[in-house]
Parts: sequence; C-alpha cells; structure tokens
Amino acid sequence: MKALSKKRRHPLAAVALLLFGLLITGSLYTAAGNIQEAKAAETSTASQSDIEEGGKLFVANCATCHGKNAEGTNDGPSLIGVGAAAVDFQVGTGRMPMQMQGPQAQVKPVQFDDEQISQLAAYVASLGAGPAIPDEQYLDTSEGDAAHGGTVFRVNCAMCHNAAAAGGALTRGKFAPTLTGVEEKHIYEAMATGPQNMPVFNDSNITPTEKRDVITFLKTIEANGSAGGAALGSLGPVAEGLFIWTAGLGIVIAFTIWLTSRPS
Amino acid sequence: MGDHSHGSPEDSGTVAKADDVAQDRFPDPGLPPHRPRLADRDPRAAKRHERQVALLFTISIIGTLFFFVAYFVLGQLGDMSFAELRVQNAALGLGTAFAMLGIGIGIVHWAKTLMPDHELVEERHEIRPEADRKDAQEIIDTVLDESGIKRRPLIRNTLIGAIALAPIPAIFMFRDLDRTGNTASEMIDSLRHTMWDTGVRLTRDPSGTPIKAADVQIGSAFHVIPEGLNEAEQPLNEKAKAVVLLMRMDPKEMNVSPGREDWNVDGIVAYSKICTHVGCPIALYEQHTHHLLCPCHQSTFDLANECKVVFGPAGHALPQLPIEVDAEGYLVAKSDFHEPVGPSYWERG
Repeated sequence: MKALSKKRRHPLAAVALLLFGLLITGSLYTAAGNIQEAKAAETSTASQSDIEEGGKLFVANCATCHGKNAEGTNDGPSLIGVGAAAVDFQVGTGRMPMQMQGPQAQVKPVQFDDEQISQLAAYVASLGAGPAIPDEQYLDTSEGDAAHGGTVFRVNCAMCHNAAAAGGALTRGKFAPTLTGVEEKHIYEAMATGPQNMPVFNDSNITPTEKRDVITFLKTIEANGSAGGAALGSLGPVAEGLFIWTAGLGIVIAFTIWLTSRPS
Repeated sequence: MGDHSHGSPEDSGTVAKADDVAQDRFPDPGLPPHRPRLADRDPRAAKRHERQVALLFTISIIGTLFFFVAYFVLGQLGDMSFAELRVQNAALGLGTAFAMLGIGIGIVHWAKTLMPDHELVEERHEIRPEADRKDAQEIIDTVLDESGIKRRPLIRNTLIGAIALAPIPAIFMFRDLDRTGNTASEMIDSLRHTMWDTGVRLTRDPSGTPIKAADVQIGSAFHVIPEGLNEAEQPLNEKAKAVVLLMRMDPKEMNVSPGREDWNVDGIVAYSKICTHVGCPIALYEQHTHHLLCPCHQSTFDLANECKVVFGPAGHALPQLPIEVDAEGYLVAKSDFHEPVGPSYWERG
C-alpha cells in the first residue's frame, strides 16, 4: 500500500487510472454482450403429435389462466383459434407459462422440451384453425431477399422494434423486444400471430415470402454488425449521448487539468 | 481569530485582519514563490524531456504513416466485407488520433517542461465606473454633434428611409424560393386536402397492392397509401399527408360517435398516421390496449375512442378516414379526411 500511495502523485497516475477505468468498462460491456448473445438450444419443428398428451400438459400447466378447455378466464385470453404457431412461439421462447402477471410476458428459460411443445401446439391447433408452424422453405435465409426484407421491415416493424432491430419502449412498461438472436421460426410466428400487444401481420398483409425476406434482412444485419464501430446498443442518441458526455467530456476534463497543472 | 457569531460586512470575523490596512480589504497574498522545475535544475532531466517531446512528435509521424497504410493497403471501398471495413475504419481513426494527439501533447509537454517558465504579472486596469461612463457619454455626444444628425433632419430622414427599404429585396428573394406559383391561400388550402377521395382504393405501403376487407383480421395493422401514390407527381409530398394506418378491432369494443357510424367496415378503421403534435408518423399500435403511440414525444391515442389523445402533447384526435367496401371487395375511401391531417396551424381554426 505504501508503494501505491507514493506513486499516486506520479504525473502518469491520472492517465493510468483513466485507462484502467476504460478497460474495466469495456470488458464488462463485452461480457454483458456475450451473455446476451448466448442462444437458446435448437428446437426442431413439430411433427405429428399426440393431441391427447398435449391436452394433459395443457390441463396441468396452462388451464389455471386459460381455462380447462382453453376458453379463457379473467387472467388469460381464450386460445381457441390462435393456432400452433402461437403456442410454439409463446412456449418455445419461454414466455409461457407466464412467470407473473405484468405489462407483458417476459422471455425466460424454456420450460418444456421440444416434444412437449409440439404436443401442446397440436392440442391448441386442434381446438380451432389458426396460423400453423411455418414451413422450412419460408425460414431459409439463403433464399430470401435482404434488401426487399429491409423495405418491408422499415415500413411495418421499425417503428417499434427500432431500425436496427434493437427493440424499443412502448406505453406503461410494455416494450418491443430486440430481434437480435431470435430464431427464424420465432420471428415468423410472431409476425403471423401477433403475440402480446404486437399487431398481427397475416399472410395477406406480409406474404410468407416477404416474411422470409424480413427474416433474411434481420439475420443479415445481425451477421454484418455495425459498419461504423461500436453500435452502443443501436439505441440512438441516448446511448451515444451518454457515452460522449461521460467518456468524451472526461477526456476533455483530464486534458484541461493536465494543461494547467504545474510541471514537476 | 475573530468571533464567528458576530459577522458584519466590516468585520466578517473569519478573515485574519491585516494590522494597518483598511479593514474592508483582503490582504494581497502576493505570488507563490518561484519553484524551479526538474529540467531547470538537472540537465539530464532536460535531456530526457527533450527526448520525450521528440518521441511524441515521432508518434504523430507514425500515426500519419499508419493512416496511409490503412487507407491504401487494407483495401478500397467496394471490394471489402463489413468486417474488413470495420477494421479499416478503426485503423483510420487510430492513425488520425495518434497523428493529432502526438503533435498536441508534444507541444504542450515541450512548453511545460522546457520553455522558459518565468511568471509574469499583468496588472488589471483600474476600475473607474463614473469616469468611464462619462467618457462614453462624451463620445456619443460628439458623434451626434459633429455628424449634425439633429441639425440636418433631411439627412436623418433619408437615412431612416434607406435603412427601412434596404431589407425588402430579401423578402422577395426568399418568396421566390418557392417555384410552385401558388398563392398563400392555395398553399394553406393544400394542407386541407390529401390524395384520398371517394372511391380511392387503400393499398399497401410500399407495394401499392389493394387490400380486401377479408384480408384484415382482428388485431392486424396495415400501413396504407392511396392507390396511385407511387405514380403521383410528388410522391413523397403526397405521402407525407396521405399515409394511413388501417387496423381492425372488435366492433363491440369501439365507441363510435354519431355521424361516424358508417366510417368503419365491421371494425376495420383507418386513421391518419401523422401525429397532430409535430407530424411524426404514428405506427406503434398495441393490439390489446388499442393504444397508438407516437415515438417522438409519447403522445398516445386511444383507438377504441376514435383516437382521442389519452397522453402526451398532441393537440387533437387523429383524423379518421371514412372507408367502405367496393363491388370487388376492396377497401376504398368514402371521401377525403374531414379535417386537415397533422399538426395545427393558424388557419386551421
């Protein structure tokens, strides 16, 4: 400690401290980014499943809020006619079963395995016609047109999900989530079913081919990353302003202190 | 030290008093003693600083060279991937930063450690408010007197006339920036009308394909432009006024005011997308709360109540576009908007 306290008046001490602080902030940020990027396990598409098994799972896990016959209660909407895609999205991303009542269901670790999800989806699909789990051909991003997908995205999606698909705030605690790291299938299902407060973009509004283009666009910008260096969350002026006000002004202040200090 | 509890302007009690100076003044602390720097005392330190300054300038040279290496060697725009572009951008930035910082830091370091450091005292001039004011008054009086502006009203009046007229050409020049040839009332009138008219089909943005009423399910939102907008003379100008958001909600949840009963088609409603606050496009639609949120200033409109403002700075409800279904099942406008879209303006009333 004595050696440290001797050195703290060294002219380079301030610079060293600044570099140390920047290093810590940088590594924390990188670590946080990596955690976010960690993806959920691959899920296979639902095949022909046992509706009865799905029904049992439903009664055990979902009926409290959605009613014994999925007719809906005060705590949850009716699931008749929502289709297999809605179940695959809500359960497959961990939003359902809901952890607690709140402005909107949050993503959390998936509670069921792929077989159980497809059984649940088959059960709910059997209650009434609704959007089905998309075909593989509409999820193949190697076939899609990223430029056209970008146009469709900017007209229909960017106002809530942000032009860089980073997500954004809505009213009273609700928010549009980031689309980075979301599976192709789940993006498609979200458009087709309109989960939570998201509007529905059915196949006559955005055709399945256009949905594939949108997914291609999202995966392209995700793979390309930011061409101009650190994107700072792609949140626009808030994140960028915060950065320049702290880091930029900090450097300016450090220089003015150095300029007016007496040399040793 | 004095008594802290009884401070007065003459005797604050907290400042040590100089014995024979007037008591309402602080004693002059004088200059701190001159302290020779390391380089003044030790020639080896001076030599070291010299080398440091030279090193900083050399870093600047290396930075500039690094910039050129990055610019020409790392690749040319057009045949680079995004990852390569990022690396090149970072290299260009670092090169420039070192080129500039090397010079700047080097010069300051040079001035601080090696250049002469004798202290200089520049006395502030004496403050004489009354005398200075009198001087200024005298100058003005002299100007008024010698120019004769009071004695020669002809000169004064023609000068006032000249100054008043001189800016008027600018008004005409600014006026003629507008080449449309429209009169002021025509321009104001153009704010009242959009491309929507009786029988104009609602089409998807940006493809321009018409929308069937059967395509619109409950909870969906369509971004709509009038048919023929892409072929219009000024598509963006027209779009700025005519964009519409088409949504469908359960007719049971809608409160429809008298006179608007036939403006929707079985729960399908069309509202202007231009915020009535400052004109941002509103399209953040929450299908369960039926709220439309403006991303700029968080104005919130309630679709269930004909887009009345429920939160935020917007002044009035979003204008509704009356719609119906044509013989082929496509959605068409019944008429133009019944009120001007977008923010208020003086003539809007």
